[in-house]
Amino acid sequence: MSTDLTAEGGHGAVPTGPEVPVEPKASTARRDWPLYEVFVRGKRGLNHVHVGSLHAPDDEMAVHAARDLYTRRNEGVSIWVVRSADITASSPDEKDPMFAPNGDKVYRHPTFYEIPENVPHM
Amino acid sequence: MGHEETVYDALDHAHGGEGQWAFGTGFDDPLAGVDTTVPEGIDPADLGAYCLMLGDDALVLCQRLTQWVTNAPELEEEVALANCGLDLLGQARLLLARAGSVGVLGRSRTLATDPVPDEDALAYFRDPDEFRSSWLVAAPNGDFGQTVVRLLAASAWRLALFARLRESRDPVLAAIAAKGVPELTYHRDHAARWVLRLGDGTAESHRRAQAGVDTVWPLLADLFTATDVEARLAATGVAVDPAQLRDEVRGVLTLVLERATLTVPAWPAEQPSRGRAGEPGPELTALLADLQGLARAHPDAVW
Repeated sequence: MSTDLTAEGGHGAVPTGPEVPVEPKASTARRDWPLYEVFVRGKRGLNHVHVGSLHAPDDEMAVHAARDLYTRRNEGVSIWVVRSADITASSPDEKDPMFAPNGDKVYRHPTFYEIPENVPHM
Repeated sequence: MGHEETVYDALDHAHGGEGQWAFGTGFDDPLAGVDTTVPEGIDPADLGAYCLMLGDDALVLCQRLTQWVTNAPELEEEVALANCGLDLLGQARLLLARAGSVGVLGRSRTLATDPVPDEDALAYFRDPDEFRSSWLVAAPNGDFGQTVVRLLAASAWRLALFARLRESRDPVLAAIAAKGVPELTYHRDHAARWVLRLGDGTAESHRRAQAGVDTVWPLLADLFTATDVEARLAATGVAVDPAQLRDEVRGVLTLVLERATLTVPAWPAEQPSRGRAGEPGPELTALLADLQGLARAHPDAVW
């Protein structure tokens, strides 16, 4: 990918308070609406989890659209959106060099210990 | 994995793992535990008539918003408008059911067959001149710009009202208003975002948004003069005199339009509401033909 890479991840949940929004943001024409990836944190979930994608004219409207598309049935309490173009992903071509070496490193797994009964989440 | 694979799994797990989360889960009944007896000194006929006004506004605007389904400029926006419509439908159901429960049913109860609940009888079996919705919500959608301007105006008015109705002496009205406030806050917010973007967008979007403002603005004339029913109920703390909403509504609309670089038209000459007086206008009549046709042709239909 030749996309310019930025490292501005970690957006917090974007609040939509009762105030009327009064600052217009620069929007793009409809044909240029970028693709966004949507992450929702469920009521019980620990992490934001990817749920799908959508098109929106800008970041704020993407949060709104995500609310309408992906949290209609009480699924979430927090939404993140990020432009798909801003995601840097590992390449399928690199699958073996990336992941295969982990397959035989049994010593990386804590399977040689007795786990005390009162230690959860191992 | 130490945590749930997806939020949907988590949701399913949280509600007994029945695999039915898609049908809705974890919802609250907004009227749970609410005393439904009519407060002392309140005329049930007035209370029912007031519920019809507010319920009809919601029902008619819902129908207008759902007319965008399959026609909206983007799929995402189609769902957004439909969601707003469904919120309003929920409000309409509660309000029409309240009207029915206090005995305000008119001819609809004799036209509707027995198993049809009161709220459906009122929605489907009243004639246009029995509706009490404002002309603001009955007006056609126009283009998308006009639609979001109307949604902004209607939700700003209704939010200002519901915020006050949370203190109503009628516990049912208060509960319905409390449920509606966050919904209407979202509708107003959503519409305002679009008005800002269209008004301060391209030359064409500005032109259309301004045309929408110019079309919608005269419809505000009807919204701020109390009917006799509203005046009597406001005096007893059940309803709100709509004149009290004027400053807030006008302030919100002016703020959004100015920031959207749109011209704010002169405030229209206020007049008693034609819609509340049972003057439906041809647009509402056509809308109701659409809304009611199926139920009237097949009154026993279920789905």
